[in-house]
Amino acid sequence: MKTNQNKSAVNAGPNEFLLGVTTFFPLIFAVAPIGLLFGALAAQKGLSPLEVLLMGSFVFAGGSQFLALDLWADPLPWVTVAFSTFLINLRHVLMSASLAPKLGHWTTLQRYLGFFILADEVWALSEQRAIKHHTTFSFYLGVGLTLFVTWQVATVAGSLIGAVMGDPSRFGLDFAFTALFICLVMGFWQGRKTGVVLAASGLAAVLTYKFVPGAWYIIAGAVAGVIAAAIQYDDSPKTQLKPAEALQS
Amino acid sequence: MSSEIFAVDPLVLFTILAMAASTYLTRIAGLVLTRFVTFSGRTEAALQAVPPAILMSVVAPIAFATGAAETTATAITAIAALRLPMLAAMAIGVVSVVVLRMALTAF
Repeated sequence: MKTNQNKSAVNAGPNEFLLGVTTFFPLIFAVAPIGLLFGALAAQKGLSPLEVLLMGSFVFAGGSQFLALDLWADPLPWVTVAFSTFLINLRHVLMSASLAPKLGHWTTLQRYLGFFILADEVWALSEQRAIKHHTTFSFYLGVGLTLFVTWQVATVAGSLIGAVMGDPSRFGLDFAFTALFICLVMGFWQGRKTGVVLAASGLAAVLTYKFVPGAWYIIAGAVAGVIAAAIQYDDSPKTQLKPAEALQS
Repeated sequence: MSSEIFAVDPLVLFTILAMAASTYLTRIAGLVLTRFVTFSGRTEAALQAVPPAILMSVVAPIAFATGAAETTATAITAIAALRLPMLAAMAIGVVSVVVLRMALTAF
């Protein structure tokens, strides 16, 4: 690793990795119940624990894994499953395009290997980190590997204990994921303009969810929010202050 | 029993690999895109809105179109998130959704 003369030198290496792990830590309580639920549902659909582990490791995208289970049938409609996976994961195109310029000194190999585990939570925490500081590869790995291990352990455990566990909505745990994302949304709040973006996204997502089947609501909401931001853009110099500068002062 | 745990159907494996390929494609698409296109001004402002816009879209159906308990719990979580650490705000959200669901079904 090359030595950095600037202030970020202290943030390199194991400290950044540990920071990633500890940043992710609270999310374990949101991810583990969802993983247990996924494993239990997968067992009901006839997937073996090893198949659950393989899907979690290779796909590593919770939303599309749940969607795949929903479509799972005998004979297995693999074309439909693969295409639905692509549709629900289209949001990752915007996510990786948004995160790519905010990375620290990543090699090309690190970018292409690292983004294999660009799950929603990994991306969200990396974006949150990028508000104040470039996201280093070590930080990203700390977050990503912790989620990876949590997800595999929880889903396999869920598929093994399966039916023993009841309905997670009994404990409100189905809301944990929503609560997590609401907290993350509030972290991006920068005033009225963010409010307009959120209103546009929320409205478009709800309407699309009501009237269009499938996972299009996420794309519709994202596009509506992006359009709202573009319309609100004001190219006078005073608005050029970057959020990072604003937060560091 | 152990043979059931480690059973892998060839078609299941193939489906998993097809899912993995389409997911990886979406994840690196942004990397490829940003190598050829640089964003500035209005497009940069638009791209900066991507994180909150996506997070909002993911939660919106549950937060606003499921029921009064979920919508109220969403508002409580959002307010809590402004003042409290994330884990505490999440816990308040989960507890409030349980309490609200019980309260709303009691009537």
